[in-house]
Amino acid sequence: MALQITVRKRLKYFDIDIDFTCGDGKMLVMIGPSGGGKTTIIRMIAGLERPDEGRIVYRGETWFDSARNICLPPQKRFLGYVFQEYILFPHLSLYENALFAAADRKEVDDLFELFGIAHLRDRKPHMVSGGERQRCALCQALARRPQIMLLDEPFSALDVVTRRSLREEVKGLKNELSFPILYVTHDINEALFLADEILPIVEGKIDKGWMQRTIASAPLTGDSPKAVRQPRLALAY
Amino acid sequence: MMDFQSIYVTLKLAFVTMCLLVVLAAPVAYVLAYKKFPGKSLLEALINLPLALPPTVLGFYMVLIMGPKGIAGRSWEALTGGSLLFTFLGIAVASSLYSIPFAVQPMKAAFQKVDRRLMESAYVLGLSRAATFIRVVIPNSISGIAAAAILVFLHSMGAFGVLLMVGGSIPGETRVASIAIYEAVESLNYREAGLMSLCFVPISYVFLLLVNKLNGDYTNGTADHRQEAA
Repeated sequence: MALQITVRKRLKYFDIDIDFTCGDGKMLVMIGPSGGGKTTIIRMIAGLERPDEGRIVYRGETWFDSARNICLPPQKRFLGYVFQEYILFPHLSLYENALFAAADRKEVDDLFELFGIAHLRDRKPHMVSGGERQRCALCQALARRPQIMLLDEPFSALDVVTRRSLREEVKGLKNELSFPILYVTHDINEALFLADEILPIVEGKIDKGWMQRTIASAPLTGDSPKAVRQPRLALAY
Repeated sequence: MMDFQSIYVTLKLAFVTMCLLVVLAAPVAYVLAYKKFPGKSLLEALINLPLALPPTVLGFYMVLIMGPKGIAGRSWEALTGGSLLFTFLGIAVASSLYSIPFAVQPMKAAFQKVDRRLMESAYVLGLSRAATFIRVVIPNSISGIAAAAILVFLHSMGAFGVLLMVGGSIPGETRVASIAIYEAVESLNYREAGLMSLCFVPISYVFLLLVNKLNGDYTNGTADHRQEAA
């Protein structure tokens, strides 16, 4: 497996104690109630937070090992990270944001075309919509040629229509990428739509029954998770 | 006859102090804004000491340190053969130390207002902490830095006791306008004192208006960004 994670971290109200893997080209969706530790897990993988103990290994390279006191900084992990909120540099245009750590200017041009924001390249982030900002954030993350993508509820602040459209774009993009993608959401429909594997996280631990319990208790409507059928779906635990 | 030379020395000193402090205080403000370390509050109190100390007390200690027997004075003499006391360089150093809280505190506040997630975003995009400071923190706190620079400029223009202790009153070298005004009053030359004093009222007023504008821009800018993030 490309990414292997076994970490523990003490938080204020519960402990994170988690052990999972993610393969190349796979999208692993972490799902669970808000405040359950999903973002902290993503941040530990990114190197923005330090686990108390455990190991994070990516393609044989140790990113974190408490026993050997190894902790690579985020700069050395070559990640693409899309934050929950619209985190773009406000003093730069969309194009400059995407170029910020880009490997190749041509790639940024292509990504802007792909995501349909080429006409907005000279606008500042506050001059475009939330969806356009998140498209730019995706371009920014991909332009770095990352070896893993971390998406932390990237579309949760968007309206339903934009969210669905971006979901489609990410799903299309997933098939083009050969590295692991970790996606955090609390939306079951989104998880079922995007995931190759699903990892339900409740209070810092994998809760195998959470999906079934939540789906079973959801009211049955045309758009409810009960109506979604994903035969290729595999749970990650 | 108005002493234009002392006005020139004052403005030159304020400008040099401002440039020195913007460069030197920025990393200090960054450390105070973001780092946790033992003795941080002691360091912060030390930096703010010139606010609480009488200027003549500060000047007295500077005379001791920068004098021929002081560590700075001896080192400077060994290095250049010259003296620090009663020179423009000496009063520039004294003015910088005297104004350091006016540079550090506004810059620290400006840095603290920069959204922490922007810095984290820069880190995951591969930027070092130093590069993040230059490419992300500074551009997003530029109004705060400019406001700090203007405050330092204004504060340096008004320095008196410290400069008199360290530099004396050498025309064209260390005699700044505040000392020239004091000397004019002492010699009962009220007209000259009045004219020189009058010069500083519009300068100080315009610069203060500029600080208010920068602070307003800065606050609005931050609010805008927060609104975007919400």
